[in-house]
Amino acid sequence: MNGTYVATLSHVSHRYGHTAALHDVSLAVPSGIVMGLIGPDGVGKSTLLGLLAGAKQLQQGGVEVLGGDMALVAHRDAVCARIAYMPQGLGKNLYPDLSVHENIDFFARLFGQGAAERAQRIATLLHATGLAPFSDRPAGKLSGGMRQKLGLCCALIHDPDLLILDEPTTGVDPLSRRQFWELIGRMHNDRPTMTVLVATAYMEEAERFDLLAAMNGGRVLATGTPAALRQQTGAATIEEAFTALTTGGAPPPKLIIPPREARHTDLAIEARNLTRRFGDFTAVDRVDFAIERGEIFGFLGSNGCGKTTTMKMLCGLLPATEGEATLFGRTVDARDIDLRRRVGYMSQSFSLWTELTVQQNLALHARLFQLPVDYAATRIKQLIDRFGLTEYRDTEAGDLPLGLRQRLSLAVAVVHEPDLLILDEPTSGVDPVARDAFWAELGELSRTQGVTIFVSTHFMNEAARCDRISLMHAGRVLATGTPAQLVAARHATSLEEAFIRYLEEVTPPEQVAPPLAPSNVPAREAAKSVGGARARITAYALRETLELWRDPVRLGFAVLGTLFLMLVLGFGLNTDVEHLAFAAMDRDNTPESRAYLEEMRGSRYFDEHTPLHNYAAMAERMASGELKVAVELPPGFGRDLRRGRPVEVGAWINGAMPFHAETARGYLEGVHAIFLRDMALANGASTSTGAATIETRFIYNQDFRSAEAMVPGVMALLLALIPAILMALAVVREKELGSITNLYVTPTRRVEFVVGKLMPYIGIAFVDFCFLVTMSVVIFDVPLKGSMPTLALGALIYVAATTCYGLLISVFASTQIAALFGTAILTFMPAMQFSGMLTPVSALTGMGWVMGRLFPMSYFLPVSVGVFTKSLGLAALAPQLFFLALFVPALLVLSVNMLRKQEL
Amino acid sequence: MNRRLSNIYWLGAKEIRSFLHDRVLLALIVYAFSLAVIAMAQSVAQELHNASIAVADEDHSELSRAISQAFLAPYFKPATAITPAEIEPRMDAAKDTFALDIPPHFERDVLAGRMPAIAVNADATAAMQAGIGTGYIEQIVNDEIARVVNRQPAPQNGPVALTTRILYNPNTSSAWFMGVMGIVNNVTMLAIILSGAAVLREREHGTIDHLLVMPLTPLEIALAKIWANGMIIMVAVALSLTLVVQALLGIPINGSVPLFMCGVMLYLFFATAIGIFLSTIARTMPQLGLLYMLVAVPMNVLSGSNTPLESMPRALQIIMQISPSTHFVSFAQSILYRGAGFAVVWPDFLATGAVGLVVFVLALVRFRGSMVAAAG
Repeated sequence: MNGTYVATLSHVSHRYGHTAALHDVSLAVPSGIVMGLIGPDGVGKSTLLGLLAGAKQLQQGGVEVLGGDMALVAHRDAVCARIAYMPQGLGKNLYPDLSVHENIDFFARLFGQGAAERAQRIATLLHATGLAPFSDRPAGKLSGGMRQKLGLCCALIHDPDLLILDEPTTGVDPLSRRQFWELIGRMHNDRPTMTVLVATAYMEEAERFDLLAAMNGGRVLATGTPAALRQQTGAATIEEAFTALTTGGAPPPKLIIPPREARHTDLAIEARNLTRRFGDFTAVDRVDFAIERGEIFGFLGSNGCGKTTTMKMLCGLLPATEGEATLFGRTVDARDIDLRRRVGYMSQSFSLWTELTVQQNLALHARLFQLPVDYAATRIKQLIDRFGLTEYRDTEAGDLPLGLRQRLSLAVAVVHEPDLLILDEPTSGVDPVARDAFWAELGELSRTQGVTIFVSTHFMNEAARCDRISLMHAGRVLATGTPAQLVAARHATSLEEAFIRYLEEVTPPEQVAPPLAPSNVPAREAAKSVGGARARITAYALRETLELWRDPVRLGFAVLGTLFLMLVLGFGLNTDVEHLAFAAMDRDNTPESRAYLEEMRGSRYFDEHTPLHNYAAMAERMASGELKVAVELPPGFGRDLRRGRPVEVGAWINGAMPFHAETARGYLEGVHAIFLRDMALANGASTSTGAATIETRFIYNQDFRSAEAMVPGVMALLLALIPAILMALAVVREKELGSITNLYVTPTRRVEFVVGKLMPYIGIAFVDFCFLVTMSVVIFDVPLKGSMPTLALGALIYVAATTCYGLLISVFASTQIAALFGTAILTFMPAMQFSGMLTPVSALTGMGWVMGRLFPMSYFLPVSVGVFTKSLGLAALAPQLFFLALFVPALLVLSVNMLRKQEL
Repeated sequence: MNRRLSNIYWLGAKEIRSFLHDRVLLALIVYAFSLAVIAMAQSVAQELHNASIAVADEDHSELSRAISQAFLAPYFKPATAITPAEIEPRMDAAKDTFALDIPPHFERDVLAGRMPAIAVNADATAAMQAGIGTGYIEQIVNDEIARVVNRQPAPQNGPVALTTRILYNPNTSSAWFMGVMGIVNNVTMLAIILSGAAVLREREHGTIDHLLVMPLTPLEIALAKIWANGMIIMVAVALSLTLVVQALLGIPINGSVPLFMCGVMLYLFFATAIGIFLSTIARTMPQLGLLYMLVAVPMNVLSGSNTPLESMPRALQIIMQISPSTHFVSFAQSILYRGAGFAVVWPDFLATGAVGLVVFVLALVRFRGSMVAAAG
């Protein structure tokens, strides 16, 4: 550490495709302070933080953190244990299926902490954050504020020297927000050497930071203490100072929404006794309100208090358990299409199509709301301008920063000019300038067009702009009235204060937490040790196992599903050709011709169908696939035969299925030979047609029963498909849902990540194997002739290889759909066709041969079949096992190399 | 009505756009309908092809040498000369599918009319080849004996000749069969995944809420997914059939391609509906993946495209008659190989359409229900 600065950026530029996110940025972060990054959306705050955390790959310029160059892998590996990074988005790097305790425990393990230390630190952190009573609750069921506290616990578990928080309080209610900052303050007091770097969109929060850097357009505009910035711009608040900095002049006039004039008497929304229960949990408890047409009605409340549920009931997305809601006098009904046309809804989490551009998203909504084409075009252009999306018109929604996404969602919600807008935290993560623009728009809609607006928010200055507000907590409405009435009722000086007082009346005060005990293990050493590697592999394996365990459906399908497939395929996959449908065209109808047909009827290979009378019928019945074989006995067959004249029997075989046709031909010839022999015997002639006998022995399977060959094959097939599909989503899912960040910013090595994730799936696959062997012996009656330990060893290596195969696809695929289809197509065909299941590998040629050789099943099938039917042991199968074993390291190395340790 | 069609159209167009966005998926589909089909057609031989055979010649006579050399390509690989002791270990290691043991003094005994025995060992674990191959081997050995012993070609079969004609595919070339069956298998896999995942993705990303507050009905949403994903696969099948199968592989198609495509359309209606149905059961993509395997693998493996339907247990045959994949394989073979017309394949079409409709209605009922549940 170079004494005063914990991190420095010099001339850093960063681009995403053609869009520049950072433009020649230089910044120094002094150590031991709380520094804020403020600025509108999409100015590069997140990119900057990502670069500092080592999560993003540096493109241009220099980044030094904790005394070393972040472009160097060695330095990143060395310092990442001293940095903590909490990405944007509520709990994006948390695991929703894991409990609060398990989430923290996972992170603690990643940093190599022993059991005793973990227990102590987790207890302290849970206590400090007030999460202790919820330690068993799954992270996915926490409210936004609690989720952020949990994120903070996970970030602080290893005593970082640099704590990087990307918009940690976005979407969090004022009370939780206040508690969050108090927590940070306490933590910082306990460890004054820790530097905290925060990006935020709440300007009032910025007031409390030691140092601020104001950013705009990918550049740092100014750096200084809050006081210095206010002084520099002559503004009263940071919010105004910032606006002045960005617009380059005096702060714009304060937004004032004119008061409502005409009082409409008719109601836009009316809720009576509205209640919604999930199981025994009451999310919304007997809520009543009446909102007049044209009113702006604010909905305030802590996270998870039932605001979203109420809004969903109003939109008809959720049926009410009790009570009733009416919109414009009509009862809310999910099937009421006309009513939907009058409502615009914006959900709390971003819910637009990420793969469509801004323009395409808007256009699609205009279409679906049946806007006339010409009008839609002007309307879309107007909205793009008004919401400041012009330069992002052709950007895909998925690539937009959070604030811009919110703006787009809003534009989408109003595209069809609804009479009623239901907006669930529409301005979360949106910067002040854009928020003002948005509220100006709401004011305009309400006052001039009479649009009713039902909006939830955590911003008190927004709440103050509403005509009336409701305070909600734990499913109940605490108070309703104009902002001024509520402030007066609690003798508060501001709405925020009034709000917090209302909430404190119903929630117990927070206990003051004891200081954090410093970590016993210096983090730097933990990251390097071999014990650390084992701990991290265990952490990932444990987490993956827990997630699997929490998903009984997946677990059930993985085991019972495999058994079901074994049952169906084991009985169904059968290459015995029997009961071939044949029809006779007997044009002779003499004892001789009937004798010939009798031979066919006597064979178990042929089943007779209705006789044929002409060629047309034969052609038709063959074409429909009904007949596999047709036999014609010509007129005069019996007569010619008696006279010893050469006669000909005609046979037609359906050749659509080549294997079938070949086998049928063999059977026909066999039947024919028997007829000749019987005839010769009847005539008293010598039987020797050849001069030698041919003794055919079907070895390994004397009865030539196809089950004995197929059942070990089906087992190999299933152990290729199921582990691969189980594993196939493991990595791509983390990529799609965001928790992959933990790989980027923790000391986890790629190979540890991958091996940890593989282990539970290999375990499941091996359990499957044990069941499958039992089924083969017990249900299919296929004796296990060879060495069971050899088979088990082979299976273990094999399932490891097929799981790795799924892993490779998962690393390679960009979406879960691609991973699913990829696994299906890249395992099913090679397994079924190119691994020796139906056609021996030795009979394959060309591309199929290559594909077969590159698929692990080709090597396991001989092991499975060999042990089951040929009673082979380890010695005979050693070469196969050796090749099989090569797949595991080869696939692992490939996967690890294709996996990134940093985001681009 | 107009409004409804317009909604279905635009939602579907969105679906196609999302699809085109995923490059990896696109590449996989191109692979599945080109390289994978070529690999199937060119590499897999269900008829006797390149079978490995070994001969332990303990006789070293003219006759035994003639027999050793009589196994010809493309049916057999040149016979490997081995000792009798090697037969078992080599077969254990799956080096040979067939092994002949010609005993000492074989030729002498044949000429003396003592009827010596020649042993043919066939590896019964090579299920398809073992049966067909032994037939060929018997015939070849008999021919050789007759030729060497009588110094003339093998006689005709006696007083009655059997002429067999294999219809539609006279050379029983499996390239024909496997190429088209490759396409058929891929259609099932792709259709279920694409439509199922399309619904689930909307749910995982929360966009389903969005759809449900718009003036759209579940029917419209479901139909949009069906037509869009069906269309993608129709295009893939048509291109694959004309460019890959006909042009590149030179496989003759006897019947009407448009009629076949009509059938594909019906089948896709069913398969995409099944995808939607599964997506209402699975809550996450990993669950969908497993469910999909449970449904798609038996549908593919037991449809008759890999092994004959007739050899399955009776009960399973009846169950598989309900699966449209069986009818799909059946009408694909009828039309493409046997040149069958509508008059022949209509029962398959009807069955496919009827089952498709039932599944679609079921899927729709569940889809409506799951939409409400999803919103919670």
